Formats: sequence, C-alpha cells, structure tokens
Amino acid sequence: MPDVNEPMVVNGVTIDDSFAEAFPMTGTAIQVTADSERWAMEAARSFTGFATSVIACGCEAGIDRVLSPGETRDGRPGVRILIFSMAKDGLAKQLGTRLGQCILTSPSSACYADLEGEERIDLGSAIRYFADGWQVSKKFEGKHFWRMPVMEGEFLCEAETGITGDGVGGGNLLFLARTSRQALAAAEAAVAAMNKVSGAIMPFPGGIVRSGSKVGGKYKNMMASTNDAYCPTLKGVTNSALGPEIGSVLEIVIDGLTYDAVADAMRVGLKAAVDLGPEEGALRIGAGNYGGNLGPHHFHLKDLAP
Amino acid sequence: MSGLTFRKKAEPEQRLDLSVLTPERLAKLSAREIATLPIGTTKVAVSVGDVFDVSGDDASDIRFEGGSERFDRIGEALEGGAITVEGDVGTRCGRVMRGGRITVTGSAGSYAGSSMSGGFLSIAGDAGERLGGALDGETVGMSGGAIRVAGNAGARAGDRLRRGTIAVMGDAGADAGSRMIAGTLIVGGRAAGTPGRLMKRGTLFLCGGAEHLSPTFLDNGVADLLILRIMAKAFAEGEIGAVPFTGNPMRRLGGDTAVLGRGEIFLPLG
Repeated sequence: MPDVNEPMVVNGVTIDDSFAEAFPMTGTAIQVTADSERWAMEAARSFTGFATSVIACGCEAGIDRVLSPGETRDGRPGVRILIFSMAKDGLAKQLGTRLGQCILTSPSSACYADLEGEERIDLGSAIRYFADGWQVSKKFEGKHFWRMPVMEGEFLCEAETGITGDGVGGGNLLFLARTSRQALAAAEAAVAAMNKVSGAIMPFPGGIVRSGSKVGGKYKNMMASTNDAYCPTLKGVTNSALGPEIGSVLEIVIDGLTYDAVADAMRVGLKAAVDLGPEEGALRIGAGNYGGNLGPHHFHLKDLAP
Repeated sequence: MSGLTFRKKAEPEQRLDLSVLTPERLAKLSAREIATLPIGTTKVAVSVGDVFDVSGDDASDIRFEGGSERFDRIGEALEGGAITVEGDVGTRCGRVMRGGRITVTGSAGSYAGSSMSGGFLSIAGDAGERLGGALDGETVGMSGGAIRVAGNAGARAGDRLRRGTIAVMGDAGADAGSRMIAGTLIVGGRAAGTPGRLMKRGTLFLCGGAEHLSPTFLDNGVADLLILRIMAKAFAEGEIGAVPFTGNPMRRLGGDTAVLGRGEIFLPLG
C-alpha cells in the first residue's frame, strides 16, 4: 500500500506525503549520429524500442536528448541514448544486440561512447565480426574504433563505452485526475519538462505508462501485475488508493545515470504538473513505493515539491 | 627543483651511448654521481662529465642544451617524464620507449622510435631511416604511442609498424610503411620508392602522392569515410597536431595483396 500521510496542496494540486522507491542500475550513454537529425532519430528510436521495463525487455532505454552537430564526435546531427540494466552482463548483451540490429543497420549511422567510466563494456567490439574478417581496428589519441564495411559504405563505431554502477532506476510520479484526458495532460506537461533534464530518461511510450504494476500477482510466475489499488474501475471492490473524485491515473517512470538526475527530473516534472493546475491536469500527485524496504533510493515528494 | 640539464661542452670525439640518461635511471643519483657515468662507445673511456656540464636535480625533466648527431640512444626505453634535446640526436632516439615524451628540436638519426610501445616522440627536423621501425631480427616495429616528424623521413619509415601513429609532415624515403602489420602512417609530402610494400594491415596516408605504387594494391575508388574526419580532428586536437588531410574524400587502395591484403593507402583525389 502506498505511504500516504498528510498531503500538501500547491496551486490546488494535492501532493501526497509519499516517496518513490528506486533501485540501483548499471547504465551507459552512447551517441548515435547520422547525415541528418531524422536518421539519427530513426536509429535511436529503433534502438530504444521495446526497452520499457527491465523485467520483460532486459533493459530500459530512452533518448536523453538531441545533439547539435557541434556536440557530436563527428560533427553531424546526433542523439544521446541512455540504456540501463540490472547488471553489467545484461547491459552488455542488450547493448550489443540493439547496436547490431538497430544502429548498424540504419542508413548513414555511426555510434560512439558518451560516458566515461573506469569500467567498460564492448560497443563496436561486440559486433565487429559481422564484417567477416574485413573489420578494421583503429587506435589513435587514446581512442579505439572499429570500421566495418557495409553495403552503404562503412560503419564506424567506438570499440567500448564506459558504464556506471551509480545509475538509478524506478523513480516515478503518479498523476491522479478526474478524467483520462486530464491525467494525460498532466503527464504530458511533466514529460515535456523532464525531457530537458540531461542524464535521465522516461523509458515508457512517450515517457508515460498507463498500466503501472505491483510486484507479483495471484497467478504464479507473474512477476508483476496490474496495480489494482490505482485502477479507477476497481474502486470499492479492491483496497483502493483512489478517492471518489479520481477517474484516471497515469505514471511516469524515470531512470538516471545518477541519483541527482532522477531527482532533478522528478522535481521539474512535479512543478510542471502542479503549474498546470487541477482543472487542466491532475487533482493529486503521488509516487509508488514498496514500503521503503526494497529499494535504497527514496525520492520524497515533499522534498521535490515546488 | 629544476630540470636536470646537460650542457654540451664540445663536440664529442666518438659516438656516445646516452641510454643511461633517462629519468628512471637518474632519479636517485646526484649530479656528481651522474657525471661519472660511462657513456663512451670506444676503447677511450668517456663519462658524462667529460662531455656535459650537469646541473639541476629534477630527473623527470631532462634537458640537453646542445645536441649532436653523435648522441645515440637518447631516451631509449624511456618509461615516463620528459626529455628535451636542443639540437640533433644520433641513432635510436626513443627506441623501445614505453611512455613519456621526447622532444628533439633538430634532426634525428636512424631507428628513432623503433619498436617503441608508448609515449610521444617529436622531431622538429628530419628523421633517418626506419623511423618507428624494427631492428634486423625483430618481428615487430613500433607497437604504440605516437611520433611526429616536422621534416622528412628516411627509407622505410614505419617498417613492421604494429600499432600507434607516425606522422611525417615532409617527404618519406623509399618504401614507407613496408611490412606494416597495423597502425597508421601519415606522409604529408611525397613518398619515394614503393610505399606500403608487403603491408598486411594498417593505414597509410600519402598526402603528397607516391613515386610508385605496387600493382598488388587495388583501387577501391573514392572513399568518403567518417574515420578520415574523426582522425583529422583527433590528431589536430592531440599531440600529433594538424595533419595534411581534412576528412574530405580520398582515393583508397587496398593491399598489399601480395600478402594479407587488409591494409589501405589513402591518396588525395585528382
């Protein structure tokens, strides 16, 4: 059950005295570039597809931000991608698979590491054998690249990327509104603000999840099942966390390279939703947790409220 | 502390072996002890003090005030620190160095940087034959680090180059990049002889063209490659400095197909 005590009200929006409970994750950042922003984004969207929840997808990934040509390694338009998993091995497996299927294959793409770290995992090194012996290793000025001949020309990819064990996954906000339209408006406003925070991603579609889950379920082998306490159609027949005025709930899940990145994203998202007010957006904003006993990172809404 | 300085008194009567004058070997010696170190190469004994006035006490920053083409093996097996030579050096400067930085304001003799595996060697003048190459009997030449020569290089620069970067801003003598195993060799001027002869892998930039190209190199056509842009930018921002290619398309030849054939030569278009 959510931890709800004395709520605070800002701009007519109730903010629960609750907290988001988050977990350590291993993550990295990469740069994908292309001849145009369109094709960099195509590669990035493909790479970050089916990467909403580590439970079923093996990783959580998202677009951190669009990079101008002046910010990229090769002077072309680019996109910064963040990808997280529970451990180094799982991250390396997902990174290699997605790189090979989604970036290598995308026209005009190139891929570079975008996170320094003492610990490193394979990037281009993971897929170099696709070149069937024609791969070319280039090491210069402290960097290592793989060049792979492809039908279009040559795919250039940095050999390794740094990783961090300081990643945080599972930061979240719950937007409780009268209608689904208002819940979506609040969540959209929050996502728009959170997208401006570097080092954090919202891995669900458009940054928003409508089917938040609880741990386990009545059926065996179900690792997660619908969060019935927040389902408006179950008010009265389950141990609901919703009052009679709530007709729809949406959630935003946040992963970040650091605790601060997640906190910053939650802070600006909370403010954006509060600024929207209860008539256009959410009546109430909460956060999901497991009683504080499972995840070491606790993001208390009262500390993040505007 | 001030840098350890060797001021040349006069031109030596014989070739000198200065391989002992590296930071790691001199770190715990006083100037007086250093002055007694033998550096002669003939039956006539010569010590450091006979040729140099020694001053300073920081062995991690060694300076030779006055050079000579008879100063052999300067910085050989260097592991760290800096050596600066104001003038010329003889053979094997920076040979098998693993780290640190050697700066020569004049020219260097043969085998400069041969079989080095790390660090940076900068030569403001010309370099002799087998720059970054291998001695007879060695199977691998330079295997890491970087060399920049502002002037010309002698024959067979980068012979058996395994890894690392050699940039020669001027012309290269006969058969630059011979037997290259991998790595990068940049020639800003014209390459004499048959550059890339028997190279297995690696990248050879011949920005001023070549006297002769072996028929065992095959024309791949015009190559518009990101790696050219990345390399030009990385070198310009790093120790190598600006290089004579910009990232614009170049003509690529693959070879040497007389051996493995996985190497490449880049030439300017036109």
